[in-house]
Amino acid sequence: MTTTNKNAGRAGRTAMKEQEPGVRVKNFNEVPLGYTEAEAKAEARRCLQCKKPMCVEGCPVNVKIPEFIRLVAEGKFIEAARKIKETNALPAICGRVCPQETQCEIRCILGKKGSPVAVGNLERFAADYELAHGKFVMPAMKPKNEKKVGVVGSGPAGLTTAGELVKEGFDVVIFEAFHEPGGVLVYGIPEFRLPKEIVRKEINYLEKLGVKLERNFIVGRTATIDGLMKEEGFDAIFVGSGAGLPSFMHIPGENSIGVYSANEYLTRSNLMKAYKDDADTPIIRGRHVVTVGGGNVAMDSARTALRLGAQTSTVVYRRTETEMPARAAEIHHAKQEGIIFKLLTNPVAVLADDKGFVKGIRCIRMELGGPDESGRRRPVAVKGSEFDIECDVVIIAIGNSPNPLIPETTPDISVSKHGTIVASEADGRTSKKFVYAGGDIVTGAATVILAMGAGKAAAKSIIEDLLISINK
Amino acid sequence: MPKIIKKERLSELVYRYRIDAPRIARMRRAGQFIILRATTDGERVPLTIANASAQEGWIEVIFQVVGKSTKILSILSEGNDIIDLAGPLGRPTHIEKFGRCLCIGGGVGIAPLFPIVTALKAAGNDITTILGARSSNLLLLEDDMKQLSNRLIVTTDDGSRGTRGFAADIVKKLLGEGEKFDFSVVIGPAMMMKITSAITVAAGIKTFVSLNPIMIDGTGMCGGCRVTVGGVTKFACVDGPEFDASKIDWDEMLKRLNGYRKFEQESLERHNCIITGRPS
Repeated sequence: MTTTNKNAGRAGRTAMKEQEPGVRVKNFNEVPLGYTEAEAKAEARRCLQCKKPMCVEGCPVNVKIPEFIRLVAEGKFIEAARKIKETNALPAICGRVCPQETQCEIRCILGKKGSPVAVGNLERFAADYELAHGKFVMPAMKPKNEKKVGVVGSGPAGLTTAGELVKEGFDVVIFEAFHEPGGVLVYGIPEFRLPKEIVRKEINYLEKLGVKLERNFIVGRTATIDGLMKEEGFDAIFVGSGAGLPSFMHIPGENSIGVYSANEYLTRSNLMKAYKDDADTPIIRGRHVVTVGGGNVAMDSARTALRLGAQTSTVVYRRTETEMPARAAEIHHAKQEGIIFKLLTNPVAVLADDKGFVKGIRCIRMELGGPDESGRRRPVAVKGSEFDIECDVVIIAIGNSPNPLIPETTPDISVSKHGTIVASEADGRTSKKFVYAGGDIVTGAATVILAMGAGKAAAKSIIEDLLISINK
Repeated sequence: MPKIIKKERLSELVYRYRIDAPRIARMRRAGQFIILRATTDGERVPLTIANASAQEGWIEVIFQVVGKSTKILSILSEGNDIIDLAGPLGRPTHIEKFGRCLCIGGGVGIAPLFPIVTALKAAGNDITTILGARSSNLLLLEDDMKQLSNRLIVTTDDGSRGTRGFAADIVKKLLGEGEKFDFSVVIGPAMMMKITSAITVAAGIKTFVSLNPIMIDGTGMCGGCRVTVGGVTKFACVDGPEFDASKIDWDEMLKRLNGYRKFEQESLERHNCIITGRPS
């Protein structure tokens, strides 16, 4: 039976069905509905099964893409999911939130003349299929090695490191500051883009493998890294504490009531469930909401605002759409839902009434000048072009800086001038022996998959340093 | 899970819980706080650690019932678990031997003042404490504070205990009589802190206050607790909660505290309807 064929590749990419924009802006359910088995097989058959697959090189964790796609094409869906899991512990999450268009799919040969294979959609399909139908199967586990590793943070970096190490026989404890594990996957990314049930299942899988989770445990405060290593028997610590502190613009009126950091807005809605009518944690449900920024977090915030009942939800971004860092799919979905984009626009002040509540935002028009250090053209303000947008909620989604708690309480760890922990991107080693770091705490705000890649690299170093070097 | 090992009702609306929390008890310093949740899907409530014993492994929190979350918390009994308890959070108070200290607590703010007075006393300071409350039945920790202080002055708005009036009146009187202080700490309702610290600051006394803005995570992640201090935005949870009183933008701080008043009222009313079957 031929499961892949060259002619199939020329067929168009199989679109994933989605909730209609008019319907989905009134609920928090996931937007794309997933492939049917027939759709998944049809899409999988488009893969050319390249001998030297470029897509695999584009993936930060080198998922065996052609191999798993072949299994999908053959209808071996559970086997496909397990093939992905050989290198990626969180496929249901990555299938949904990875920027495939800049990683694997951009390298697909089919993309040169038509549209690339929908790697992300297929990954999601296989992972969801396994979650729904697969029985739990213990993967190959090495015998216990008597070494204990602490993982700080239960976001994508920490979960990946924990998953890798537990399979190698380490005793692994994850320390999570919040009452619920998952990091940005639960407090940041909204339900309509990543259902929390999926995150819970992925974490549950790690717990079944033997990973222990300590909730409400703030490393740096509840115990320090030195305390864990010297007094509590941890042989190594991986720090994946994320990009903790929200950046603000430092413009007048920014502390008015109704100005949120995206972190706060999304945490109230996602983690604290403020989107439910009977939630204890309140959120100001603006009628007219303005979000500042052009990344995924800005798209998530603007789309959340619509679902919380906003009549208008506007994104203000100082460059053009070409420079927007958000995933193409997020911008597309946001436009479909009626988000207004004010591009080449930058806020200069938040306007408030006499009680301190937001009533508008003053912006200035921008134009693109010469390239800056990031290679993108620098936006320059157009003098005298200020104008006001009426709104009652402003969300600042311009990024985060690293949380200072661990650097402050770990005196012998090197920190950059931006406050990030200095660690080798290739192996996660820091200046402190047996302490490793990866994800946003090292790179500054980046993506889920890059954090996972860093977690994997650090796990490899921990295995080397604790098992191999010592036994030499 | 952290268990309530002792529950006391200090006044009509104020409770003291002793909670089994050995790690927090060992790590905490004066001025730090915890965040707790009493129910699944409940709010994260920040409370100052009022007292702790590292040896016995417990901490104490004192809270006043103001909204739904503290109402639910107040219904728990000894032996019940606190489902989520995280800490210690915030920067500890800077303690040194200042000399003569003026420690001023208003209402439920007396609770967070207690560990600071304890630490100042232990560092060898001479302590004058002023406790203020609306009425005698809302006055907290009078006996405990008396033991720690070289001098204790009590005042109530209605005169039901101590002198009649506000803590600020006592401060004015002491300073008017020519008393000198090297350091002052003021903790209470925001308006009381604003008014009282203005007097000590004007007299040239280095004054600290402990702020209680709205916060969610308490680890610096949300930025909901931001306050302007010396013209710069600070996060009370990681940069505070204590700040130099002379540098705080009080008007902004007071406005921000009112941001959710409407929601809190609605939430409490809804809750009272559920538990009593009638509106409060």
